[in-house]
Amino acid sequence: MATTTASATETHTEQAGRNRGQRVLGRVVLYVVATGFALFAALPFAWMVLTTFKADSDLYRPANNPFVYNDPPTWHNINLLWNDTSYPTFILNTLLVAVVVVLITIAVVVPAAYALTRLTGRWGESLGILIFLVYLVPPTLLFIPLTGVVADLGLQNSKWAMVLVYPTFTIPFCTWLLMGFFRGVPWEIEEQAMIDGYSRIQAIWKTVLPVSLPGILTVVIFSFTLSLHEFVYALAFVQSSDQKTVSVGVFTELIRGDVFFWQSLMAAAALVAFPVALLYNYFLDRFIAGFTLGAVKG
Amino acid sequence: MKHPTFRTDRDTMARVETRNLVKQFTASGAPAVNGISLQTTDGEFLVLLGPSGCGKTTLLRMIGGLEKPTSGDILIGDRVVNDLPPRARQIAMVFQSYALYPHMNVRNNISFPLKAAKLDKAAIEQKVQWASSILGIDQLLDRKPRQLSGGQRQRVALARALVREPNVFLLDEPLSNLDAQRRASARDELQVFQHEIGTTTIYVTHDQVEAMGLGDRIAVINDGTIRQLGTPHEIYEDPADTFVATFLGSPPMNLVERDGDLVGFRPEAVELVPPEHGDASSWLHLTLAEAREEYLGSEKLIYGEIDGVRVVARVHAGTPMPAHEGGKIPITVNRAALRIFDKDSGLRRQPASDSVSASPAEEASA
Ligand SMILES: Nc1ncnc2c1ncn2[C@@H]1O[C@H](COP(=O)(O)OP(=O)(O)O)[C@@H](O)[C@H]1O
Ligand SMILES: [Mg+2]
Repeated sequence: MATTTASATETHTEQAGRNRGQRVLGRVVLYVVATGFALFAALPFAWMVLTTFKADSDLYRPANNPFVYNDPPTWHNINLLWNDTSYPTFILNTLLVAVVVVLITIAVVVPAAYALTRLTGRWGESLGILIFLVYLVPPTLLFIPLTGVVADLGLQNSKWAMVLVYPTFTIPFCTWLLMGFFRGVPWEIEEQAMIDGYSRIQAIWKTVLPVSLPGILTVVIFSFTLSLHEFVYALAFVQSSDQKTVSVGVFTELIRGDVFFWQSLMAAAALVAFPVALLYNYFLDRFIAGFTLGAVKG
Repeated sequence: MKHPTFRTDRDTMARVETRNLVKQFTASGAPAVNGISLQTTDGEFLVLLGPSGCGKTTLLRMIGGLEKPTSGDILIGDRVVNDLPPRARQIAMVFQSYALYPHMNVRNNISFPLKAAKLDKAAIEQKVQWASSILGIDQLLDRKPRQLSGGQRQRVALARALVREPNVFLLDEPLSNLDAQRRASARDELQVFQHEIGTTTIYVTHDQVEAMGLGDRIAVINDGTIRQLGTPHEIYEDPADTFVATFLGSPPMNLVERDGDLVGFRPEAVELVPPEHGDASSWLHLTLAEAREEYLGSEKLIYGEIDGVRVVARVHAGTPMPAHEGGKIPITVNRAALRIFDKDSGLRRQPASDSVSASPAEEASA
């Protein structure tokens, strides 16, 4: 009897030990994999920062270890970028274009997606998909007819050409995107608000929009990012330095003939990428999670 | 639920009336609501009862202004409100799902209608306290809806309806999301609550027990039309047609064919032991074939067939089964309990009072 108990206890501890072992192993694997991905994602950023501060003599000698500073780091490249190119103007242009495009997109997309999900009945769905298909036409084809439109409006060589053109692809995609979010809204809360003394517009503003905030933020992030990195139209429509955005400006001013100003190019990219990455992280953590739960019993 | 002193500032008497109301969703299909005319009295608790899909919710939504009638009129407080938007109708509605605003805490949910009415802060706070203490949710004011149980959500929805001090409450199956146990007590609370508030209430349900227990009057609806409108007692005792007769009661009224008519009687009207006293002609004698019994504790159900039609009797559990040959047992029903319906139209043959005296034509016995 005693031996049985003892051996039973033994097996028990053994079992528990094995379970704990498995758990620890699982954690280790998880962290190794996660760290691997994090490093992989961080590598371009690290490379940009590292290169930014390298002197020419360091960067261009093949014998040097590329992962460390062989010569002392220098501010020279950032000085060059900031003072000898129109980089500050590029940034202002980019911000202006991106913000205006985001505003236009939101202003069009919210009513459009609302109408397509809520007011058009069964046609809305197919209409939404048709609108989405427009997004799939490649810009390399579309810029030919769009050049005509831009010229007719007298917007050649102006950043306002981009403000005009970018919504043609942010709107179709974002309408379709937001329709998905609107479909998840329990419509009774809008009707309830109308019963509770609000007009339809007020009801949408106070119930539907707050509940769809994650969707609206997704639209903001998507159209902002697109405006930041769009290249084909920006290259096609704008030639003067004072009208260029970062994506094209840096490319045309820091590659002179066959000379690449690598460190300044890297600096230009990093200076835009870091604030945007931080901003997105902040928004994502803050808003995306668990916003629509508990509207109706479920 | 606690019941502090009630205060109602309502100035308008609220009667709801619909006149020949029709709602057709699709041009081809049958109308969801097909010519409903009804009228509540002020402060009445009116229940719309009917099977799922019969048009109850559509009717309620039209009264609330969320659905536009195809034709007909809606009157609230003797005013035609057809063209008024929901917010102008001075009504409160509780949806089946409660429709709480998920991004607001309980306090803001309840005060939401008051903010629309542009009340000042102090008045809003006072009303929120008042409504939440009536419904016993004053401890939950800072929670979000997702942190509440089903019963608590239902109370929040009621509190939000209450602060408006509406002319009419419209409730769409407000108890259907609660578990069975909670539902019985919520039903009781709701009734006490409505009687003390005294606000006209239209209550939709497909549950006959809820309807019988709550309603001052019940409108039985089927296929978009009212089959009968009356007190629970009238509806149960004197059903206007075979639909009402068989929709209410569990088990429902038995219907057997006699001399070209349908003769209805409730399961509890059946006697197994023929009574010795009284006039023999005041009893209808029938034979139940293939009788089986089902013991339910306080009572038992006897199932059987008459002329191939299923018949159920409900008797006290202590009643002995009579001696039966080949599953056949004799039963008797007092003629006063018989309800005669036209076989083709399903409508009641004669007014309630007449059914007591049996006409010679129905004297046939089994
Ligand atoms: N928005 C709508 N569009 C089309 N048909 C509808 C709509 N709402 C309800 N119906 C139809 O109307 C009928 C009545 O529905 P409803 O009023 O919800 O019934 P109940 O509440 O009694 O279950 C049903 O056949 C339903 O399919
Ligand atoms: Mg319904």
